[in-house]
Amino acid sequence: MQISGAEIVVRSLQEEGVEFVFGYPGGAVLEIYDAIFKQSAFKHVLVRHEQAAVHAADAYSRSSDKVGVALVTSGPGATNAITGIATAYLDSIPMVIITGQVPTPAIGLDAFQEVDTVGISRPCVKHNFLVKDIAELASTIKKAFYVAKTGRPGPVLVDVPKDVQQALAEFHYPDSVSVRSYVPVTRGHPGQIKKAVNLLLEAKRPYVYVGGGAVLGGASDEVRELVRSLGLPCTNTLMGLGAFPGDDRLNLGMLGMHGTYEANMAMQNCDVLIAIGARFDDRVISVPSKFTAVPKKIVHIDVDPSSIAKRVKVDVPIVGDVKLVLREMLDLLKQTPQRIDADALASWWKQIDDWRAPNSLKYTFSDELIKPQYVVETLYEVTGGKAIITSDVGQHQMWAAQYYKFAEPKQWLNSGGLGTMGVGLPYAMGAQLANPNAQVACITGEASIQMNIQELSTCRQYHIPVKIVNLNNRYLGMVRQWQEIFYGNRYSESYMDALPDFVKLAEAYGHVGFKVEKPSDVEGVLREAFSAKLKERLVFLDFLTDQSENVYPMVGNGKGLDEMDLPAHMRDNGGNAGERDYGNLS
Amino acid sequence: MRHILSILLENEAGALSRVVGLFSARGYNIDSLTVSTTEDPTLSRMTIVTHGSDDVIEQITKQLNKLIEVVKVIDLNESEHIERELMLIKVRATGKDREEMKRMADIFRGRIIDVTEKTYTIELTGTSDKLNAFIEAVDRAVILETVRTGASGIGRGERILKI
Ligand SMILES: Cc1cc2nc3c(=O)[nH]c(=O)nc-3n(C[C@H](O)[C@H](O)[C@H](O)COP(=O)(O)OP(=O)(O)OC[C@H]3O[C@@H](n4cnc5c(N)ncnc54)[C@H](O)[C@@H]3O)c2cc1C
Ligand SMILES: Cc1ncc(C[n+]2csc(CCOP(=O)(O)OP(=O)(O)O)c2C)c(N)n1
Ligand SMILES: [Mg+2]
Repeated sequence: MQISGAEIVVRSLQEEGVEFVFGYPGGAVLEIYDAIFKQSAFKHVLVRHEQAAVHAADAYSRSSDKVGVALVTSGPGATNAITGIATAYLDSIPMVIITGQVPTPAIGLDAFQEVDTVGISRPCVKHNFLVKDIAELASTIKKAFYVAKTGRPGPVLVDVPKDVQQALAEFHYPDSVSVRSYVPVTRGHPGQIKKAVNLLLEAKRPYVYVGGGAVLGGASDEVRELVRSLGLPCTNTLMGLGAFPGDDRLNLGMLGMHGTYEANMAMQNCDVLIAIGARFDDRVISVPSKFTAVPKKIVHIDVDPSSIAKRVKVDVPIVGDVKLVLREMLDLLKQTPQRIDADALASWWKQIDDWRAPNSLKYTFSDELIKPQYVVETLYEVTGGKAIITSDVGQHQMWAAQYYKFAEPKQWLNSGGLGTMGVGLPYAMGAQLANPNAQVACITGEASIQMNIQELSTCRQYHIPVKIVNLNNRYLGMVRQWQEIFYGNRYSESYMDALPDFVKLAEAYGHVGFKVEKPSDVEGVLREAFSAKLKERLVFLDFLTDQSENVYPMVGNGKGLDEMDLPAHMRDNGGNAGERDYGNLS
Repeated sequence: MRHILSILLENEAGALSRVVGLFSARGYNIDSLTVSTTEDPTLSRMTIVTHGSDDVIEQITKQLNKLIEVVKVIDLNESEHIERELMLIKVRATGKDREEMKRMADIFRGRIIDVTEKTYTIELTGTSDKLNAFIEAVDRAVILETVRTGASGIGRGERILKI
């Protein structure tokens, strides 16, 4: 029987086992929406802005093993989706975006709501397709899912012109696809794996650097086994948090620009570095020449060859899937009689413990002003460390990363690569729908939350009971921090004036809101928000926090990992943060 | 250093713009680019002449391979290869220049393929260097226009780029 292209789209999504489609209708996708109306296999979530549809679908992927799907119309629908797509692209998140397009005969004629979606999205997708022939529609969707989730994952866009949606064809969904020009490597080269194991066993100052690839590749068990079996020190990137538990002594915490002192010092001074699905980002190693100033041998495991030797030369490149490569390394370690030099490792740990002793994340509690770090710490306790945490972008993001000790992968959702303000709430929505029984909290700032605040309405419609933890410092805090340090306290346009009353705003959308002004109220309010009574409700917690708080440690622009700006209690001479002037703090 | 990359890619709409987009997005150089279908109509073959440090060339190759529609990439510089470019050059051919241009074309093994009272159009193939040398050798004032295809390259002997 022949069915329409729109029905083929819907049937294909069903074949892929899609549970939710996040989207927004418009002229060029009306056919598909009509086909959605007639089915019940998957649910459609009507967001309030296409950017949020893509973020929510992205979060659905980040917090599950499935591929999130977003559906938007042509023209403005597609352009609104771009930020979401680029966000997913930079963090290598698998997802499929379906866009409507003007009818094929109208393409190129500046038709109503026509943009070159394939052209606009090209630099920020793993791949994209314009389907001009209905005969290729089903197989293209199959390919899109396949390409999105294999190899280095990423977003794939399928642009479907309206006449293709209207045309009729038989529906055959292929069981499998192979793309001759796309054959991702999975197994690592055995010779290289052997070299890596030998290098590790000869190390005096080994260090394991775990990135987002370990989360994406589901290799958290293998990472844990490797680190624990040899008693190695390890660190996580912002994207790798949870791949190794945050409360384990072997974990030195996050590294990089706002990493702990010990994590960065160990990164700088190790002699053998095992990089697992981490890409030596500039926010992690800062200046490559400073990073390599202390000679070290580097093993780099990554499924994408172009991630290897991009910023830093490595000694043992291993192209392959982290999970498979680590499995083989672990097997080899069991077979070899050679043992790691225990004395050397003990003195390395002694050095690390010295770095760790002053606790670079220590902050001064205040009875008067709510310290943002204290809110995150209390949230960690109140949720038993088990909540899925999403964040936006800014200081609050860094405090979330530093003070919530993530125990499991996929428990932490944030935009690392693109640093997109506005992801927090839609990420929480996607994560909650993917994990209906989980507690989901969005740690945000008063500026970021306003970038997708309209999604409070979506949360109301679909009863998505996420908890919003707004660390409200009345500043574009991260911008203010840079202006304080690098621009002589000239707080140019970083003050967030004319804020709404967030409690009333939440209530207007039909939710519950609390304003918290005193440190002594923080715990009680958090407990209430997560109590059984409010389990089914979205709760907006507006914490008025200390405006002057900065994120430390910090590796400033052009500085090496061993040249961190440290918090006050670790500073010899006040560093660069001596006398501070907060301008129009009020 | 100058490198000649040979790329086999799916003969599909949009594949070329992905390659070109990659070069501009990542700030790589394209000195010349030629592309056409092969004996297998589903495949195109592209030759890109680029320059950069070894690290940059390594990244270019890796990034090209990452494009879904790229089937294979080789750096012809890695072994012996042949390079050819075609140039059509129109020169003023009057008076004593007429004889001189004929002589120059002969020396460079060019062919005069169009003749008018005042002009010759010369067809010349060779390495890009040879074409440059021809341009250098003739008086700039007599050159009316030039059009070049950009280099095409192929490995010598048994070195074959095929799927
Ligand atoms: C305000 C702000 C501050 C920041 N500060 C910091 C900071 O202090 N510290 C920090 O770490 N980051 C920080 N970041 C994030 C930073 O910008 C990068 O996004 C992040 O460091 C990259 O993480 P990653 O190296 O783990 O790589 P990811 O972006 O997670 O990339 C994953 C890598 O793993 C590979 N991979 C994927 N799947 C597999 C697989 N199955 N097998 C093998 N390999 C695979 C990919 O090819 C890729 O190379 C900050 C971001 C913002 C917005
Ligand atoms: C879409 C977008 N625009 C601008 C920026 C630059 N930026 C990074 S952090 C930040 C301030 C965020 O303020 P807020 O959400 O209040 O968080 P805070 O830093 O105060 O915790 C800005 C403007 C960005 N990351 N994303
Ligand atoms: Mg703020």
